[in-house]
Amino acid sequence: MSNNVYPEGYSKFAEYADGSRLVSTDWLAENLGTPGIVVVESNEDVLLYDTGHIPGAVKLDWHTELNDSVTRDYLDGAGFAALMASKGIKRTDTVIFYGDKSNWWAAYALWVFRLFGHEDVRLLDGGRAKWQAEGRELTLDKPAISATVYPVVERHDEAIRAYKDDVLAHLGGAMIDVRSPQEYTGERTHMPDYPEEGALRGGHIPGAQSVPWARAANEDGTFKSRAELEAIYLEEKGLSPDDDVIAYCRIGERSSHTWFVLTYLLGFDSVRNYDGSWTEWGNAVRVPIVKGEAPGAIPLDEVR
Amino acid sequence: MSQELPSALAGIVEDFATMPAAERLPLLLEFSQGLPDLPPRLAEHRELLEPVPECQSPIFLAVEVAGAGEPGAQGSDKPGPDSVVRLHFSAPPEAPTTRGFAGILHEGLDGLTAAEVLAVPDDLPLRLSLTDQVSPLRLRGMSGMLARIKGQVRRALQPA
Repeated sequence: MSNNVYPEGYSKFAEYADGSRLVSTDWLAENLGTPGIVVVESNEDVLLYDTGHIPGAVKLDWHTELNDSVTRDYLDGAGFAALMASKGIKRTDTVIFYGDKSNWWAAYALWVFRLFGHEDVRLLDGGRAKWQAEGRELTLDKPAISATVYPVVERHDEAIRAYKDDVLAHLGGAMIDVRSPQEYTGERTHMPDYPEEGALRGGHIPGAQSVPWARAANEDGTFKSRAELEAIYLEEKGLSPDDDVIAYCRIGERSSHTWFVLTYLLGFDSVRNYDGSWTEWGNAVRVPIVKGEAPGAIPLDEVR
Repeated sequence: MSQELPSALAGIVEDFATMPAAERLPLLLEFSQGLPDLPPRLAEHRELLEPVPECQSPIFLAVEVAGAGEPGAQGSDKPGPDSVVRLHFSAPPEAPTTRGFAGILHEGLDGLTAAEVLAVPDDLPLRLSLTDQVSPLRLRGMSGMLARIKGQVRRALQPA
């Protein structure tokens, strides 16, 4: 696996469809504290920020802050505006996300910001692990936040978010399952005392191709080069940037990472993240699934 | 209705329940920081540790039941329900939530008897007043740790 070793003078970011959506650790270190730039740490682990974070970064928790507390859905416009105000984020700010687990949750938060049309959102290439591995500063100091006024903007899901019914209508179209190969085939590690509780059935959505999210990342968590990504998604999987693509995983976090890759790094026009993902599909009544390694046939009565 | 908890665990559950919600995560962080390191005999023999794949972060644990033979050492006495249970955990600093759960289990269970450990109710993670702040999958990870601790105790009491 290549690990970020590129010829001298080569600019990885410049190759991407929209390289401005990524910043390097070097760049961020030089630009910390610049007015108009807000750094947001978003982790799978709810306590990790509190063990040390990039100076000035604010914490954003997916579970308690981005989700609605009763409906399985995201915040509404008013809720998002209040959240942004409390984090000191202005509508015009450049928001740079980073986090643990190769930026899964950072990409997820970024995607939610896009549902509200927040324009300037970027990821720190390599995330928290790379920053830390480079020995850069982490602090326990809470950032001084001055509350802002953020406009109430309606959430627009259509362009980048798919619901279950959208996926049913999309069967036969391009679809990427970004979970592990074992989750894709439906093979399960059933141990007597520890049943899998996440979904009643194992397998994948008919027609979905398996591209585990990690294939888009180097070992240090940075994204692979555009040529390497094209070899996977275009050549190997036969996708085209003008395809209408839906990506899913278990709850939509890993597929946000792939959504980011397809949308910004490869310039696909239409990529939707199905955040209901396998926890919804694998439990839903009367939806078809496929077990095994092949994408599988599309049930004819489901094609509309 | 609900089974009773051993006193140390009951105290922890009570602390979480009675404090303001905003102080619960900082308390979990304290448990994370208070988790003891592995003793050298285990740190040098990590193959004696059992992984907990239910957790989203790498964590390993070892359970010693007095008389059952310490991992890495020769035991003699036959363990029984009154044997003292010792717990050891290993989880990286990048996984503070997992470490926090391990810290709670350590403080609440270490030094109890085998019978007391086996009697701890399986819904312990749900009693910690953290369900609003910690995702369900995380709490399942703690259930996985508890189930594996009990499994090791059970196996120590009934050698094959």
